[in-house]
Parts: sequence; C-alpha cells; structure tokens
Amino acid sequence: MIVPWVVAVLTAVVLMVWVERRMSALIQDRRGPNRLGPLGLFQAIADAAKFIFKESLTPAGADRPLYLLAPLLALLPALTTFVVIPFGPAIEVSERTLRMLVVDTDTGVMLFLALASLGVYSLVMAGYSSNNKYSLLGSLRAAAQMISYELALTLSVVAVLLPATSLNLAAVVDYQVSKQWLGFLPGWNVFPQALGFLVFLVASFAETNRLPFDLPEAESELVAGYHTEYSAMRFALFFMGEYMAMTTLSALGVTLYFGGWTLPGVDLAAVAATVAGWCGAPQLFGLPLASWLGPLFGFGVLMAKVALWLLFFVWVRWTFPRFRYDQLMRLGWKVLLPLALVNLVAIAMLTVGGVL
Amino acid sequence: MEIAVFILFALVAVISAIAVITHPNPVYSTLSLIVTLFATAVLFVLLGAPFLAALQILLYAGAILVLFLFVIMLLNLRRQRSTSPRGRGQVTVAALGAVLFFGTLAASLLATGRPEPGALAPVSLHQLSRALFSHYLLPFQIIGLLLLVAVIAATVLARRAPAPEEER
Amino acid sequence: MTVPVAWYLVLAALLFAIGAFGALFRRNGITVFLSIELMLNAANLTLVAYSREIAELSARITGQMVVFFALAVAAAEAAVGLALFIAIFRQRETIDLNRLNLMRW
Repeated sequence: MIVPWVVAVLTAVVLMVWVERRMSALIQDRRGPNRLGPLGLFQAIADAAKFIFKESLTPAGADRPLYLLAPLLALLPALTTFVVIPFGPAIEVSERTLRMLVVDTDTGVMLFLALASLGVYSLVMAGYSSNNKYSLLGSLRAAAQMISYELALTLSVVAVLLPATSLNLAAVVDYQVSKQWLGFLPGWNVFPQALGFLVFLVASFAETNRLPFDLPEAESELVAGYHTEYSAMRFALFFMGEYMAMTTLSALGVTLYFGGWTLPGVDLAAVAATVAGWCGAPQLFGLPLASWLGPLFGFGVLMAKVALWLLFFVWVRWTFPRFRYDQLMRLGWKVLLPLALVNLVAIAMLTVGGVL
Repeated sequence: MEIAVFILFALVAVISAIAVITHPNPVYSTLSLIVTLFATAVLFVLLGAPFLAALQILLYAGAILVLFLFVIMLLNLRRQRSTSPRGRGQVTVAALGAVLFFGTLAASLLATGRPEPGALAPVSLHQLSRALFSHYLLPFQIIGLLLLVAVIAATVLARRAPAPEEER
Repeated sequence: MTVPVAWYLVLAALLFAIGAFGALFRRNGITVFLSIELMLNAANLTLVAYSREIAELSARITGQMVVFFALAVAAAEAAVGLALFIAIFRQRETIDLNRLNLMRW
C-alpha cells in the first residue's frame, strides 16, 4: 500500500516543478519554459540533470555531519506522513475488512502531526551547520514560524475530529460521507467548519514555508535563508522536501475538509464492481478485480483533489506579497490561534448539541 | 519479532543516552536526546500506549527539544573547554557510582511482585479521554494553570531589562 | 513471545542511571538539563511499563495519565529553565556550572 503513495508523491514533485513555472508564467503574462518537450514538460528532467552535475560545495567551517544530515531530514516528514491518510473504500480480504490506510490505528492524525513537527529539525540543522550568520538567522526564523503555526494547525484539526469522534482519518471520511448539509451540499467538513478550514489553509501555507510566508527562504531578504550554503543535489533535496510536504499536507487537508477519496453521491466500491463486471470479473493476485479498482479510483479522486489544492498553492504564491516577519508572527499568535480556539469551542458546542 | 524490535530500540536508546551525556557539543547532545526519545516512543507503542508515543514525539521531540536548540543557538554555545581539570580518578569513581545506582534501582524495581501480564488490550483513546475529563479533571485544570504560569514566568525571565532612561 | 515487563524496567533503570550520571557530572548547564529530561523520560517508561502489566483498567489508565501530566510538567519546566539560562547567560557570559557559584559558601 505504500507503493502507490510513494509513486504519487514523487510524481507530484516532478509535476509541481513544471506546474509552478508554467502557472507563474501564466499569472505574470509571460510564456514560461516551453523548449523542452511539448509545452516544456521535460523541464523537470533538465532541472534534475543540472542538479546532478553541479558541484556540491561544503562551506569551510561547516559542521559536516549535521550539514550532510539536514537535507535528508527534510525528506523525513514528507515521506512518512502519508501513511495515515485513507485512499479508498475498504476491501474484503480473507474474511477481514481491510481499510485503505497504510497504518490503521486509533491515533491516526496524531501520528501525522507528530511526524510533521519533526520537519523543523531540518531547518534548524541546515542553518546551524552552515557556519553563516544569514543561514542561522533564517533557520531560527523559519523554525519559530513553523512551531507557531503548528498550534493553529493542530487546533483546527482537532475541531474536525470532534464530530467524527475518532482520530482515525478513515472515520473522518466515513463521517463526511454520512452527512448532507442543507439538503444538497455534500457532507464535506468545509461547509460547517469554514472558519477552521481557513485557519488550516493559512497555517498550511506557513508550515510549508510557501508565499506569502516564505520569508525564511526569500531570495531578496536573507540571501535564500537557511539553504544558502547548499548547492546542487542537497539543495534539490530541500526543494523536493518542500514540494512533498505540500503534497502530504494537502492530502491531509483534502481528507479532513473535502471528503478525501470519496465523490459525493458516488459509491466507488459499486462503480469498481460494475467496471470489473464489464471486464468479466477476473481475479488478480488472488483478489477480485473490483478490490483493486475500488482503491485505485479512490486514490485517483484523492490525487485529483490534491492537485486542485496544489494549484491553489501555486496561485496564491504569485498573487500575494510576502509577510514581514513580525506581521507573520502576529498573525500566527494573535489572529489564527484565537480564531482556531473560537472554532473549536463552537464546533464542540454544536457537536454536543446534536447539530453535527 | 517483538523481542527483536525491543532489543533494537533499547540499544538505540541506551547508546544515544550515553551520547547525550558524553558529547562535548550541546547541539549533538540535544540531537542524541531526540533519538533517545524516538526510541522510547517506539517502546511505548510496544507497551500498548500509541497515543502517548505520538504525544511524546509531538511534544517532547517536536517542541521542547526545538526550544533547547533555539536557546543553544541564541546563546551560541560551543564545545566547552575544560576550565577546571578533573582529577584522574573522578571519572572512574563517578562511573562506578552510576553502575551501583543502576544496580540498586533495577533490583528494587524487579523486587515488586508481578503477575503474568497475559493478553491485555491497549488502553483505548476513548477510555483515556473519558478518564481525563471525569476522574482527572482537577489535575487537568491545574496543568493548564501550570502551563500558563510557566509561559508568564519564561516571558518575564527572558526579557531584557529595560534601559535606565525608561525606568523614570 | 512477548517481551517480559522486567526488561522494560531494567532498561528504564539504566536510562535513569545514565541521566543521573550526566546530571551530576557534566559542567555544561544545558547538558545537565538534557540529562534531567532523560531521567524524566526513563520514569515515564517505567510508568507505562507498569501500566501494561496490571490487569485492572483504572490502574492502567492511571499509569498513562500520570505520564501525560509528566509530559506537560516537563514542558513547563523546560520553558522556565531555559528562560533562566538565558537570563543567567546575559549576566555572567557562561553556563559552566562550576563558575556559577555565587551561592556557594
């Protein structure tokens, strides 16, 4: 079950490189890369080749073990946090219902938040080990930004978990499937918890260090901040880590607020069964074809929603100016945290009152 | 299988704990403590407390130790050169003392009578949260108050003293 | 075969002894602090190990609850302690514990 996820996340990184450049060009009324391949789609390959062949410098006086460890640590939260996100309808395997999560425990979301909070260390280690005051400052600011917005993120996530009464994301998705708002809207959490969704959205921008919160890595401010001293492949690892973190955090947001792998009004398991029926319902590695198709469709739906979310990320990046650091911290502590608390209390009251 | 996991992570925990107390650079000590906490979190999962494991990684390794790293970097602490040389025998005596302490502690812990555990289900999250808000409501509120006091204390202590002209 | 609880207790005792050794022996204030956190962690491990082997549910919940509160207390203590270190460092430019001896006789 890990394989489709890893493939999807790595593909997302490759596609994001291209999407970012073309979409920013679209917004800025210019062309963007269009030399390599149709519509410039092979740009990522060219970038990868460039990174591989560039010289990897290590600054003098840098703390070598930490310097080499930091880019790898950047990949750690991104490559481990997707294990708790459900991606398809449950299938029957040898008289046992198997839910489509890599790790199906009762503490699902906490595992995600715990592993995501380890992303701070790559920033801190990168800045510290570079023997460069700008890197150190950039990394301290980035780390302070990340841990400040983690609070608002966690509180908005908790508000989603209250009506679902479980930390397991499959239960959150099931809750959203079972609801309907105002008779015609799908039962997604974004409708009753719009405030929580906004808090989550802003906090997820800050968590992944994307504009408008990318002061720690802004080129014009701190000479690219904590990854100033990194070149070639190590810089590419940071880059990839950032895109992967965006992808997994978007997947979490989609699962919490937009129904995850489900489409409103469509029973994916039934659709898979029908399609398998067209092919004559063969067996594949011991399981009926419908058991393979159901999760596949679910995964496809999930990735489509994540793709929309990622487009939104890119769109916002090229629309808003950057926040100044004190404005950023003020927003995190004095605006988002109280809003998240208000949202939590309101949702708690509604849940106890039986409305949700 | 469970034994293999236990032995692996117990070794990791002990080795990184020794690294915490022996490494001269405080940044590496902090990183070793993070590894120890990670290994302990895995042991928590083996003991049937996955919620506590996630909580430990989220809070301890993800927030408290980041705070440690911040302070180390803000104060720009480097490797400590020995300002007062230690006596030759001091390390041996201290190590011996630590071994004896460990022996006493282990013996006293093992001396308590224990029934065989059998197959106990891990405590579920629902039960924990019910207990937190019914039985342990008072400690919960007190902890909240304690954290508030700690935040205020930390802010006041770490504040720069106002410049003399502003005191008028 | 499941791991006997006695092994966890011995491991926790070992970690505690290592932490105690570090807290008594190191001169760097931050490392002493880290050793104290190590000791707290070993105590948490002991509590969770005991909570696994007792049969009644309320006792097992108590074990895990105490660990929960111990984590919160450790967080509060870390915050205040580090603020103290910052304040001391501003004054004395050192956190070598052998030199911070104003209150010694």
